[in-house]
Amino acid sequence: MLNFELSQEQLEIYNEALKFSKNEIAPKASEFDEKAEMPFEIFKKAWELGFYNTCIPTEFGGSGLTTLDSVLISEAFAYSCMGMNTSIMANDLALLPIVIGGSEEQKKKYLTPFTEEFKVASFCLTEPESGSDAASIKTTLKEKDDHFLLNGNKMWITNAGYADLYVVYATVDPQLGHSGITACVLEKGAEGIEVGLPEKKMGHCSSDTRALTFNNVKVPKENIIGGVGQGWKLAMKTLDHSRPLVASSAVGGAQAAFDHALKYANERKQFGKPLAKHQAIQFMLADMGIKVENARNLVHKAAWLLDQGKRNTKIASFAKAYSADICMEVATDAVQIYGGYGYSKEYPVEKIMRDAKLIQIYEGTSQIQKLVIARELNSSI
Amino acid sequence: MKIFVCVKQVPDTETKITPKGDGTFIETNSIKWIMNPYDEFAVEQALLVKAANAGSTVTVVRVGGVKDTEALRTALAMGADDSILVEAEDNLDSYMTAKALKGAIEKSGNSPDLILAGKQAIDDDCSQVPQLLAQMMNLPSVSVVVGFEQNGDTLTLKREVEGGAIEVYEVNKPCVVACNKGLNTPRYASLPGIMKAKRKPLEKYSLADVGVTAEDQRLKYSEFKLPEEKPPGKKFDALEEDKQASIVKEVVGLLRTEAKVI
Repeated sequence: MLNFELSQEQLEIYNEALKFSKNEIAPKASEFDEKAEMPFEIFKKAWELGFYNTCIPTEFGGSGLTTLDSVLISEAFAYSCMGMNTSIMANDLALLPIVIGGSEEQKKKYLTPFTEEFKVASFCLTEPESGSDAASIKTTLKEKDDHFLLNGNKMWITNAGYADLYVVYATVDPQLGHSGITACVLEKGAEGIEVGLPEKKMGHCSSDTRALTFNNVKVPKENIIGGVGQGWKLAMKTLDHSRPLVASSAVGGAQAAFDHALKYANERKQFGKPLAKHQAIQFMLADMGIKVENARNLVHKAAWLLDQGKRNTKIASFAKAYSADICMEVATDAVQIYGGYGYSKEYPVEKIMRDAKLIQIYEGTSQIQKLVIARELNSSI
Repeated sequence: MKIFVCVKQVPDTETKITPKGDGTFIETNSIKWIMNPYDEFAVEQALLVKAANAGSTVTVVRVGGVKDTEALRTALAMGADDSILVEAEDNLDSYMTAKALKGAIEKSGNSPDLILAGKQAIDDDCSQVPQLLAQMMNLPSVSVVVGFEQNGDTLTLKREVEGGAIEVYEVNKPCVVACNKGLNTPRYASLPGIMKAKRKPLEKYSLADVGVTAEDQRLKYSEFKLPEEKPPGKKFDALEEDKQASIVKEVVGLLRTEAKVI
């Protein structure tokens, strides 16, 4: 029963996504990183081919992909630019709470338009004073007449400057802790949404990141996703889905760094022979190979479990923590193998190393993943 | 219009090629197969012609091994309607391939209005099959095509010739057109296209079904081998003036005796 082969269709999806990635994303990755701009032309092309919003079910116009299908696409895109892939994945991250906890009307109203034209979405959880401790958010939803009023600040929001739709987490009462957290959906142009300036970042420069401020934003009651007080559960379920996706982005980045390093080590000669013939470099390459393969297997397993309808929290956190950490390690080693050239922006591994760092931080730091893992382990005793 | 596209499956351009032990072909076990890149222009052109002529169908035909049907599935995912595979070894010679393609097209029961192919395959680079096929089917053919215009039953085709010049041909359908890079930009297969492809028909014929026998073989491969590795170049230090005369003499001597180019 155990089978490590992808199906013919999955192989085709991966190959086509990789072809798109190498032909369309790779040649522009450095340029958009430098300009710190979102490459909308590339995004629209990817959307036209159906590589976007992979979480939308067929009944709402989506492609009906499995989680495993979607991690294959994510890996292929991240192979050429983890930054662009962040913006692409942010759409899924924002739409997933609606897919998981939304009503039929909400799904029809908010998901289907994303399949009809190219649109951008933002997932708004993190705040200036609430990062890893996500339950401590201070943004409030206060009931007033037939609606709610939303007030507060959000930070590090991907796609914020261009979003057509925001999924916002807030609390109806900070005293309630987890059980006060509530998710709601807002559309572009709602009065009282203030969008900050683009953040200047170390990497992922081709994805837009900003702060958001909500000043008495009117939220109709039908915009609450999954009911008042259900936000925390919804966020956790969303992360079970999105962690394999983010982890696969790290695998794509690590694979790219490894491929570049392996090729370079076979070309570059020092002491009369290629770097790849020196044992010190061979050990580095072997370790890089082991790490990438391990990470990919974990990601595929985390996605597969979800597709089988099985609980994947532990394995998804294994995958996220491990893939992010090895992406950073492999990228660092790739720069080391390139030596001085690796430190130069003229060569591709410098950008991969900058981009890799963020994956250890966003969507649950590696340390938070380990807390999740420990909780899962201890609860089994 | 009934449009046929002949495609070949070739090793990915990044494949490391290893000759078989007996020298009859290359090792195919670990090869990643792709559609011959020139054939992608042919598939794209077929889809453009289909879009411009309501009610048209595009059938892709391939002669080769069955193990991997990458090329046909790619064409179907791009938008072709159905496909035919003539099961055969992957290293048939050009004559047998052309004859098998002719047999498959005829056996399909549809009379072609247009047959498109890549101008050559990037593995053996023979550049023969489209012309052989046209000859066998008694159809006109134009190769190395970089421009395609249709006016009713007449095609105006631009053909690239040596030195970058362009020849312009007017050809009546049906005909065989062998496509070159620059003719169009092949589309990517979309996700829905990939999903739909698996439900599209794949007809399989044997070589016998399409009238090809062992006697049709014109070419026998006997020794596949990698080109010999080039020895590193030689350097001569001619900075010192008094040494220049002797170095010139030495270089000319080596060009004559070792490199044997003069």
